[in-house]
Amino acid sequence: MTREGYVNSALVAALIGVPLWAHVAGEPFTITLATRAVIFALAAVGLNLALGLGGLVSLGHAVFFGIGGYAMGILAYHAQIYSPMFPDTLAIEGTKSMPVIWLVAILCSALAAFVIGLLSLRTTGVYFIMITLAFGQMFYYFTISWSAYGGEDGLSIYIRNSFPGLNTLVPIQFYALCFALLGGALWLSARIARSPFGLMLNASRQVPHRVETVGLNGQRAKLLAFVISGAITGLAGALFADLNRFVSPTMFSWHMSGEIMIFVILGGVARLFGPVAGAVLFVAMEHVLGDLSDYWHIYLGAVLLGIVLFARGGVIGLLAGQAKGHD
Amino acid sequence: MTEPVLDIRGLTKHFGALVVSDEIDLSLRPGEIHAVIGPNGAGKSTLIAQICGTLAPDAGVIRLNGQDVTRLPTRARARMGLARTFQISALAMEDTVLQNAMLGALGAAGNPWRLFSRAISDKALRASAEAALDRVGLLDKAAMRTSDLSHGERRQLEVAVALTLKPAAFVMDEPMAGLGAEGGQRMTALLDQLRHEAPILLVEHDMDAVFALADRISVLVYGRIIASGPPDAIRTDAAVRDAYLGEDA
Repeated sequence: MTREGYVNSALVAALIGVPLWAHVAGEPFTITLATRAVIFALAAVGLNLALGLGGLVSLGHAVFFGIGGYAMGILAYHAQIYSPMFPDTLAIEGTKSMPVIWLVAILCSALAAFVIGLLSLRTTGVYFIMITLAFGQMFYYFTISWSAYGGEDGLSIYIRNSFPGLNTLVPIQFYALCFALLGGALWLSARIARSPFGLMLNASRQVPHRVETVGLNGQRAKLLAFVISGAITGLAGALFADLNRFVSPTMFSWHMSGEIMIFVILGGVARLFGPVAGAVLFVAMEHVLGDLSDYWHIYLGAVLLGIVLFARGGVIGLLAGQAKGHD
Repeated sequence: MTEPVLDIRGLTKHFGALVVSDEIDLSLRPGEIHAVIGPNGAGKSTLIAQICGTLAPDAGVIRLNGQDVTRLPTRARARMGLARTFQISALAMEDTVLQNAMLGALGAAGNPWRLFSRAISDKALRASAEAALDRVGLLDKAAMRTSDLSHGERRQLEVAVALTLKPAAFVMDEPMAGLGAEGGQRMTALLDQLRHEAPILLVEHDMDAVFALADRISVLVYGRIIASGPPDAIRTDAAVRDAYLGEDA
């Protein structure tokens, strides 16, 4: 096994061990923190597919996170008030079933990623960053004024949604669900990275003109990567909303996009477990430093600066050595 | 006479008032190396860009194997067998040498939309990539990271990627660029063999290589072909000497 393999295994062991210990020791708050980290990791695994493999610096991934969140919020809200959506025409019932909510979250965020990708991928570099940011702000301000679903105040969901065979109100069981989904997303990312599609995408990031001259459609490869990326982040959004039992426009804010990107950069761009390491570190710092000072973001900034200046491979690169990541 | 593989008629391109391609007629017949030479700024790069589809001509027709490709995008021309090599190596530097060659093979196979199978385990892709690497003498470096290759080896890999396309015609943009004497000789020997696989349209500054390899030479000056013919005729052509080659050629 490579050194990066050991680092990844240690990370997985910690993500299994710590919540189990917390469960036995009766520390539900620790499990909640771990769940938060795992959900953030899932969102970042999504972004890493676009950013790491496709080289698409999206500052708008909060769109998908938010769409996932609102997919959960809206479906659960209608189930909660026993009143269907569009009562006069379609009369779609709400639902409290997680699998259904996840499916809706994935489909809606994939569709949004397709449309946003189709328009944004006409640009590159700083213009791509700006256009994705602009889409994020559009959704943010739309939800603020969307009074049917709480507007600026957001939506509270009183009871966590259900999953067949599990009691999702037990912290460790909800954690296990999130952890399993993270595992699935990591598996998918690993497969894609090594696939013929991954080969094409990887080359599209590095030498787009070469990809065209061998007869491949690099732009379409990036679009597909962006759609899959958005779908994964959207799923994370649905879980995040379920963790908090609350959705609000802040899920769409550009701070959220920035944080998802910070997870990836902290952990290591283009490293399979980079987003996981980054999200865990972020949540740990948020908890430990947040207790010490309201201004803990200063320390986060310092760490981020250190990583960007001295450890381009992120935490994983720092621990595993041997540069593999890229800009 | 055999039908030309690549046939360019009346190709014209203006940038504002500047004529960069002035009614260019050019053909590439099976088995030949046709060199295009000309001083800097003669319009060689814009000619290649138009042939390969990255720049649309204002007028004229480009035919590949008898089919009009003038309005087709780059990747459609590549799928029809137009294999281009770049003046500045366009390789995925973070990937291995084998992966770069496999990218070409993937383009030729035309089945890149597979997300779950392992590229490296695709026997057909691998065989095609390895055969091309073997051809240019890079097979023993297949597992190396491309950024670790020497400049000369990158030029060879550039040719290998083109080879994986099972080309109908090569369009090579200064394959000798930056090569030393030894590297240049190796590349010359390689191109000499490749003409039997597919004819080569060779844009090159290295006159030794051009005169050693070319069956025909066309001289491009200010966007216009001022002379075209076998090397001996070009060497003695007064207009060419004036415009380009200088006294010592």
